[in-house]
Amino acid sequence: MTLVADEKERFLDLQAQFERQQPQGWLKNLRQAAVARFDEMSFPDVHNEDWKFTSLASLLKIPFALSDKVAVSADLRSRLDAETLPSARRLVFVNGVYSAELSRVHQAPSGLTIGGLSGIENDVVRAHLGAIAGDDSQVFTALNTAFLHDAAVVVLPRGLVVAEPIQVFFVAVPGKRATLIPARTLVVAGVNSQAKVLEHYLSVGAAEDVYFTSAVTEFALDDNAIIDHAKIQDEGHEAFHIATTQVQQGRSSTFHSTYMSLGGRLVRNEARVRFTGEGSEATLDGLYLAAGRQHVDNFTVIDHARAHCASHELYKGILRDKAHGVFNGKIFVREDAQKTDAKQTNKVLLLSDEATINTKPQLEIFADDVKCTHGATIGQLDAEGLFYLRSRGIGLEDARHLLIRAFANDIVERMRIEEFRPLVQRRLIAPL
Amino acid sequence: MLTIFNLHARVDDKEILRGVNLKINAGEVHAIMGPNGSGKSTLAGVLAGRDAFDVTEGDVLFDGKNLLEMDPEERAREGVFLAFQYPVEIPGVSNTYFLRAGVNAIRKHRGQEELDAMDFLKLVKQKLKVLHIEEDLLKRPVNEGFSGGEKKRNEIFQMAVLEPKLCILDETDSGLDIDALRTVSDGVNALRSKERGMLVITHYQRLLEYIKPDKVHVLYEGRIVKSGGPELAKELEHKGYGWVEEGLKEPAGA
Ligand SMILES: Nc1ncnc2c1ncn2[C@@H]1O[C@H](COP(=O)(O)OP(=O)(O)O)[C@@H](O)[C@H]1O
Ligand SMILES: [Mg+2]
Repeated sequence: MTLVADEKERFLDLQAQFERQQPQGWLKNLRQAAVARFDEMSFPDVHNEDWKFTSLASLLKIPFALSDKVAVSADLRSRLDAETLPSARRLVFVNGVYSAELSRVHQAPSGLTIGGLSGIENDVVRAHLGAIAGDDSQVFTALNTAFLHDAAVVVLPRGLVVAEPIQVFFVAVPGKRATLIPARTLVVAGVNSQAKVLEHYLSVGAAEDVYFTSAVTEFALDDNAIIDHAKIQDEGHEAFHIATTQVQQGRSSTFHSTYMSLGGRLVRNEARVRFTGEGSEATLDGLYLAAGRQHVDNFTVIDHARAHCASHELYKGILRDKAHGVFNGKIFVREDAQKTDAKQTNKVLLLSDEATINTKPQLEIFADDVKCTHGATIGQLDAEGLFYLRSRGIGLEDARHLLIRAFANDIVERMRIEEFRPLVQRRLIAPL
Repeated sequence: MLTIFNLHARVDDKEILRGVNLKINAGEVHAIMGPNGSGKSTLAGVLAGRDAFDVTEGDVLFDGKNLLEMDPEERAREGVFLAFQYPVEIPGVSNTYFLRAGVNAIRKHRGQEELDAMDFLKLVKQKLKVLHIEEDLLKRPVNEGFSGGEKKRNEIFQMAVLEPKLCILDETDSGLDIDALRTVSDGVNALRSKERGMLVITHYQRLLEYIKPDKVHVLYEGRIVKSGGPELAKELEHKGYGWVEEGLKEPAGA
């Protein structure tokens, strides 16, 4: 279709424009390879099973520009400070570009590599960047790599345990023109290492500005590594946010993650986990709140390629007005992945008659000795619970809020990064 | 304090209450007994404001006010309390948080100052002590994972904290061991006072050994078919509900 070609053409033109400003080097090669792959693919339409409930039409009709350099405003600073946890190290990217000025990587323990990509392009980084996310079938990953010039990088050498949380902020400062903002993160966790990593996506400025955050996050966990992760997507009302996290887990490693989605007009959060060693465990939790005409799509893939691994997924959605939610949970259990234990649950509160949810579990199991369960519950607030609260004197509105907050709070309490809970309470739960 | 006059209520197309008349004065304890399905919980639910039921006829006055016109929360604030036959589990909400919200909504309604966390804690701890309930109950989510006995104790604990004017207990004694039964009856007896009315719904006479009622009524197929003193409960225990049914079959005036 010519239309699709036009859409792709626009991004290719934009990339060519972007490329002219970039220096030569290995990154350029990485980008060129991605451009070639991107060129071979097309944007998915709703006939693609993985995009059945999410139409990209509203995104693809917009001609995006590259974002300009912006000055650091007082607003931006105070927003960052308000969301920075005590003792945390933070990496700040403004419109996709690392800001050494705003970042705080004080007293990094010896061995820890942390910062923006340009300072630390070592062998470990080169070996992993782009290799984990594998963009051969994912058009948005290829697109992201085609614009890759900066990234948040965290490399934990063997045995290093970092107790303080690491916060990565991707701040959009959009302007009047619709802009493309690439965001990239790479976390490499060596054998026996441990860290807490938080990703924040937020915007400062006019709430109605249109922009497109294209995010790719790569996690490589070596044997026995432990990563606690949380992502909070708090973009502007008119933002597009299309993100993929790809996790690769070596033997006996643990990845525990919470995906919180609050802002944005069209949001796609992909979380993909691949077990490459036995005895590992992954938890993907999610909390998505949407109102107005927001569209939020959570797409998870857990690839049980090895035996004795466990995965847990609990996603909860609260949808109001005409919001549209999608949960698509794929679980592959490969032939040799005996003793797999996979559990997936999606629970949704629909607070209006016009809010909709499409939930689609997809289990493909090729091993015989496994435990796989999935379930979805969709409903309104529990009438019995409401009556019980009211019968104790609590007013109808208060009773509703109490039940809604309790529903969401469950996810917060499962979050392993405890020091992050108060912020989430304040930002997400209290307004419910 | 409570006057129920010719109360009719239905669920869908099924008439469940078919003309209930009952008057409870302040200071009195009334017991309602009756076989399963006779409408006891329906009566309790209608009084507390459960909206599954349609009241098709009749009136209920509580302290001179039309109870049926009030929302459930208004009734609670005016002093009506229902101990549920099947207390509801509310995951994610701690008992303390839940109960403090209730207490403060009621206090606000009465023009009293709201209790802060400290004062509230003092109040509830004292009540727990009187009722011999463990303090860990406070932190647990409302009724979630509670045993049957714990749920019933929690109802009585809430009643003790909220200090209602009219206490309605819907089979709070069912399925309780002797210890839990004692908690329940201690809770009820501690609240007995000249200002307070009680409606104790029970299937068995056992509870009434601990809570001496002033009056006993038999509810049968949506009507109160017999009323008497405590001795009526004993008689029912001996003769069974069949006795009531037989009595109703006798020709009128016999
Ligand atoms: N929500 C409801 N929907 C349909 N039928 C109901 C409902 N509640 C009660 N009933 C019916 O009404 C009758 C009386 O029930 P209930 O008041 O619970 O009796 P009791 O408490 O005396 O055992 C029963 O036949 C019961 O099945
Ligand atoms: Mg009953």
